[in-house]
Amino acid sequence: MGIVRRNLTAYGFLCAALFCFTVFAWYPMVREFILSFQKTDLINPPDWVGLDNFKAAVRDPAFGEAWLNTVEFTLLALLCGYAVPFVVALVLNELRHARAYLRFVVYLPVMLPPIVAVLLFRWFFDPGPGLFNQVLGFLNLPPLAWLDSSSTALISLVIVSTWMNMGSATLIYLAALQNIPPELYEAAELDGAGIMRRIRHVTIPQTRLILLLMLMLQIVATMQVFIEPYMLTGGGPENATVSVAYLMYQFAFSQMNYGQAGALGMMLMIVLLVFAAFQLRTTREDA
Amino acid sequence: MQRSTGLLLATALCLSAAACGSSESPSSTAGGAPSVTITVACQPAKSAPKERQAWDDDVAAFMKAHPGVTVKSTDQQPCFDPKTFGPKLAGGQMETVFVVPVTNYDDVISQGQALDVSQYTSLIKNWNDLRPDVRELVTRDGKVYGVPNVHYSVGLVYNRKLFTQAGLDPDAPPTTWAEVREAAKKIAGLGPGHVGYGEYSGGNTGGWHFTQAIYGRGGAVLTDDGKKAAFNSPEGKAVLQNLHDMRWVDNSMGNKLLVGWESLMMAMGSGKVGMMLGAPDVVTDVVNKFKGNVSDYGITGFPEAKASLSGGEAFMINPKATPEQAKAGMEWLDFRYNTVGKGRFDFARGKTLGNPVGVPDNDVYGDSPTGKAIQADREKNATLPVANYGPYVRAAATIAPKAEPKHAQELYAILDVAMSGVLSRQDANIDELLGDAQTKADAMLAAKG
Repeated sequence: MGIVRRNLTAYGFLCAALFCFTVFAWYPMVREFILSFQKTDLINPPDWVGLDNFKAAVRDPAFGEAWLNTVEFTLLALLCGYAVPFVVALVLNELRHARAYLRFVVYLPVMLPPIVAVLLFRWFFDPGPGLFNQVLGFLNLPPLAWLDSSSTALISLVIVSTWMNMGSATLIYLAALQNIPPELYEAAELDGAGIMRRIRHVTIPQTRLILLLMLMLQIVATMQVFIEPYMLTGGGPENATVSVAYLMYQFAFSQMNYGQAGALGMMLMIVLLVFAAFQLRTTREDA
Repeated sequence: MQRSTGLLLATALCLSAAACGSSESPSSTAGGAPSVTITVACQPAKSAPKERQAWDDDVAAFMKAHPGVTVKSTDQQPCFDPKTFGPKLAGGQMETVFVVPVTNYDDVISQGQALDVSQYTSLIKNWNDLRPDVRELVTRDGKVYGVPNVHYSVGLVYNRKLFTQAGLDPDAPPTTWAEVREAAKKIAGLGPGHVGYGEYSGGNTGGWHFTQAIYGRGGAVLTDDGKKAAFNSPEGKAVLQNLHDMRWVDNSMGNKLLVGWESLMMAMGSGKVGMMLGAPDVVTDVVNKFKGNVSDYGITGFPEAKASLSGGEAFMINPKATPEQAKAGMEWLDFRYNTVGKGRFDFARGKTLGNPVGVPDNDVYGDSPTGKAIQADREKNATLPVANYGPYVRAAATIAPKAEPKHAQELYAILDVAMSGVLSRQDANIDELLGDAQTKADAMLAAKG
């Protein structure tokens, strides 16, 4: 009883945190799980429909394209969004001057509201006066259709996503790099290791856990891509940028089919859970 | 101190949660008569202070004329937002009186999200003057689920200034698709950035305009029984072929895909787009929201039109409303939206406020006595060049309205692919695009039963 009384403040804060998680995270997840097996208009009592919502979601004409686009987007976003920030962090870590300023510059896009950043890129991608085609023209290269061609639309969204999210990843990598004991580098240098060998044999092993964690976080985040296709392409052209999250939005708010949206959301959650479990298991074994 | 802070925080959270769940309790007037409170949507935003003041004046006048009724307004813009519609209804936050666009009638009514107001229609004094075909759109199995508020058919909105600059006669706008194509070429030839003809391609707006275009050519999106797709037809092919040729042969449609309603409206407002399919409200929106110059815009009938996709909106009553609230809500609709010379039809007030008056953006009353009175009042107080809209008014009177297909949003999403195909790829195979769309639409319709 005495222990409980002593820790009353801690319990108070714990209750508040649990309350917030319950109301804003766990309850909606449970509700979505239930919703995915129901047909509801949100007014009358819902009907239980078994797996009908899942079947309807799978039968939707854009279902296959949405998953393919999402996987392709994730792979491309990882290629750019995983490697580029790591390289930027390495460079920033090696700098002796203007490090704070450059860190701020790299992080700046994260502080922009996503909608603002996306609208900025809408102008960059404009096939007429857009910045990117102006640059291509300056280099005597032919203009690209960017968002207006099914062959370049998805990669255009990857560019937006990478720019928007690079700052956070770079700062996390930078923090990990700064925690590597300098004597490891000194020892490697004494052994005659060049910069590439130092990265390979010191930097990467020392930041391995952070790298694996970031890999998982970035896959989970990029698989849920929504703002970019919603704001820039409306899923087009020719469904080339329809993502799973965008399709979910279409089900719920264009077609008012909340159960079908819930079912698709559950499918995405299961895929991400399986991946996360596999990733955590691998990480634990490595650790 | 620390302990009390933690407890205070937890208590505050519990109290705020309890507060979120509370609701208003009913009350009565001083005289003992039951009082009723209704919430009504569509109050103008604070950014339009004159219109908002006019609304508030109407609310005050209505409450004075209806003792015991309290009207609370909401100013969510746009009035109808599909993203918040269902959750607002489920969460008890939906207004007593809310607006629904014609595109969503089927969904809202079939899902039981609107009250059957059949017994209250007599409260709308001019109910019988509302166009019967428009009333039919809100009627299911003999039951009425809304009060039609706006109705229009699609025409061709064009920029008269660009017509003049391109050597075209703005008083003789195109009446055939061949003439549209020729005019578009001349306008695009005015220089970089000029677009002869603008069209949507994504965000379900591409499919929506495909439906407008195929209806205009006399085609259909679904078979009569609604079980199969019917757009893979000569009319459907003509729609896509015409767009493809204007985009890639004539190069008169610009080089940018337009996704979502505001993209084309913004382009139209910039004064560099010559023509687009649209209803008269396009002119109002281009002027009010996208800074277009009002005297630049005219509207004419749909080229070679055989039918026109119906557009518009209706007010509906919250299914959770009490009978007293439903009655008060209908009385509000009668006062604010259906009385000649009052509320939204107070054109004299609109003129003094500096609103654009004169656009024939609503023929919900058709040529009934009420419709004629409204039209006469509108013309009397016009602040806009009404002659610019004459060709549309004359053409619209002869074109049969046609309702949206069932499962419109699903079909529009499917048809977006065909529209974006012809507008983004020079080598687009129209037969293939329509064939794929048909397969997908048939599968979707079969699944929906």
